Amino acid sequence: MRRFTRVLIVAHCLGLPLYSLTASAEPAERIVSVGGDVTEILYAIGAGERIIAVDTTSRYPAEATALPNVGYMRRLSAEPILALAPDHIIAVADAGPKDAITILRRAGVRFTEIPDEPTVEGALAKIHAVAVATGQTERGTALAEDTASRVQAALASVPKDQPKPRALFLLSVGRGALMAGGRDSSADAMIKLAGGENIATGFSGYKPFEPEAMLALNPEIIIVTKRTMTALGGVEQMRAQPQFATTKAAATGRIVAFDGALLLGFGARLASAIEMLTAAFYPTAPEVAGKQG
Amino acid sequence: MTALADIAQPMSETCSVAERMLKARKTVIWSIVGAGIVLAVLVLAGLGFGAVKISPAESLSIGLAKLGLPTLTDFSTRDDLILSAIRAPRTALGVMAGGALALSGAALQGLFRNPLADPTLIGVSSGAALGAVAVIVLGPPVAALLPPVLQAGLLPVAAFVGGLAAICIVYLIARHDGGTNIATLLLAGAAVTAISGAGIGLFIFLGDDQQIRDINFWLLGSLSGAHWQALAPATLLIGIGMVGVLRFGAALDALSLGEADAHNLGFDPEKLKRRLIVCCALATGAAVSLTGVIGFVGLVTPHIVRMLIGPGHRALLPTSLLLGGALMLAADILSRTVAAPAELPIGIVTAAIGGPFFLWLLLRGRAHGGW
Repeated sequence: MRRFTRVLIVAHCLGLPLYSLTASAEPAERIVSVGGDVTEILYAIGAGERIIAVDTTSRYPAEATALPNVGYMRRLSAEPILALAPDHIIAVADAGPKDAITILRRAGVRFTEIPDEPTVEGALAKIHAVAVATGQTERGTALAEDTASRVQAALASVPKDQPKPRALFLLSVGRGALMAGGRDSSADAMIKLAGGENIATGFSGYKPFEPEAMLALNPEIIIVTKRTMTALGGVEQMRAQPQFATTKAAATGRIVAFDGALLLGFGARLASAIEMLTAAFYPTAPEVAGKQG
Repeated sequence: MTALADIAQPMSETCSVAERMLKARKTVIWSIVGAGIVLAVLVLAGLGFGAVKISPAESLSIGLAKLGLPTLTDFSTRDDLILSAIRAPRTALGVMAGGALALSGAALQGLFRNPLADPTLIGVSSGAALGAVAVIVLGPPVAALLPPVLQAGLLPVAAFVGGLAAICIVYLIARHDGGTNIATLLLAGAAVTAISGAGIGLFIFLGDDQQIRDINFWLLGSLSGAHWQALAPATLLIGIGMVGVLRFGAALDALSLGEADAHNLGFDPEKLKRRLIVCCALATGAAVSLTGVIGFVGLVTPHIVRMLIGPGHRALLPTSLLLGGALMLAADILSRTVAAPAELPIGIVTAAIGGPFFLWLLLRGRAHGGW
């Protein structure tokens, strides 16, 4: 927590002067946005109407899905993107493949790579980078400050004297196969951030989860994506399933669903995600526990 | 009238041997010319066609400027980049990969006397896939130790080595007492494919979600990874393999009569098997290392060519090579345009067209009394 507060101070102190110093470039009018988190931030800071195309990971807000789609962010193809005559390509650091990125950079179109770290610092840096790239520094600063203060408030609401809830994040891919968020996954980062304890520590990343291991670990709270919840037939169906039935989470009904991109995006909606997750972990008022994003 | 028919059918009295040979040679020449024209048209389409509109005059000017000649019109540096850094290497890779797969398919179908044979059957593709998938999952720490120039080459090299290793294992298992048993070779190919599948499954389990998506795309194939530095070594290997296979047209015709008859006609079936398999492995291994797994081109192209010009290998092999390249380019043009501005993996296009087409071939073959 101390580390986080320090970062907030740094962000507050450095953020404003940095924005005003670097926001000199002519604002682009035709932006191709690559990465769901980048797209969210662009809309949040008022640059949404300048976007002419997005990638397949850009699912929020709804307007983004109506735009031309350049494909999956790690499988971009240079020529169709250049054919859209963009004047600025803003892409998250993971975008690829390298060959396509090299050609895009050589083609004389402005190209900005946005850093991506699944931390609060990372999300603030991301907002900062997108704001500087688009010249929306005031809105960007406002969003970063709002995010920082809301996150701080949410984290301050976490009671220090209670034991951390033992949480498990599950994701359904395909027919019934459940994947758990292990060490170093974005879900692990979110659980820890919101004051929970991730019990899936035996592996890193997202891995198929053994039903018996679930019983042995006995999570107090199970977090799923909304899509997973739908696939599994809702909370009551899940509670009745043998793999969940004897867990504390099923017994107390603490199975919560969040929008995947909201919960794990580390972008413009990070504050909302942390607020919802801390509320789910430490329900002070009864209605917040079931609140969905 | 075809080369195979020349050998298999009794000579009729009205036609001299010389006339027949002349006719066979004509078939070879005309089918190569015809397929060459089809390929040339598709090369021009591949170069001229794309998301960005570049007029033929501009394209020609860009080409002329590269040769240091006076140009017809002005062109932008963006169009120059698109043509020389995207479309040209991509088209070259399409011709080479399609040609390598179709030629190997034709040769292996003749060698195994099995209409279902193609490079995937003897384990090359699955071995290459295992090599590539291993690099996708385990590669990043290894790549960090290498200089940047070699980092990009890690995946194709691993794929090539994987493909070659698979075919070596298959061949060594099938070899016994100085002979190679075709049935054992095909079964060993199936076993090696299954083992590679298990390995790929393990890497999918170990990989994170991004790596899994990368694996998926690699397994569906694409020509988009083409750039000149990677093409140079691949061209050499594919060229050696192609030239090697093309020399065996007459030998494959003889082999179609059976191993004993081929031996009597002066061909050593063992030598033929060994050399053909090595050449096919070289060509397809190098092609697959750059494109990923692209199905059906190697299987379907030889069948189309046989329908058009008959089964004689002297015409079948070069025509398959040329038409395979043409089919790959046609599939690539579709893959670039169907989902534009995104790009559909080419393996989906070849499978979506090749699969139904192959079924139609089977039904047609059945109506004509089978193969």
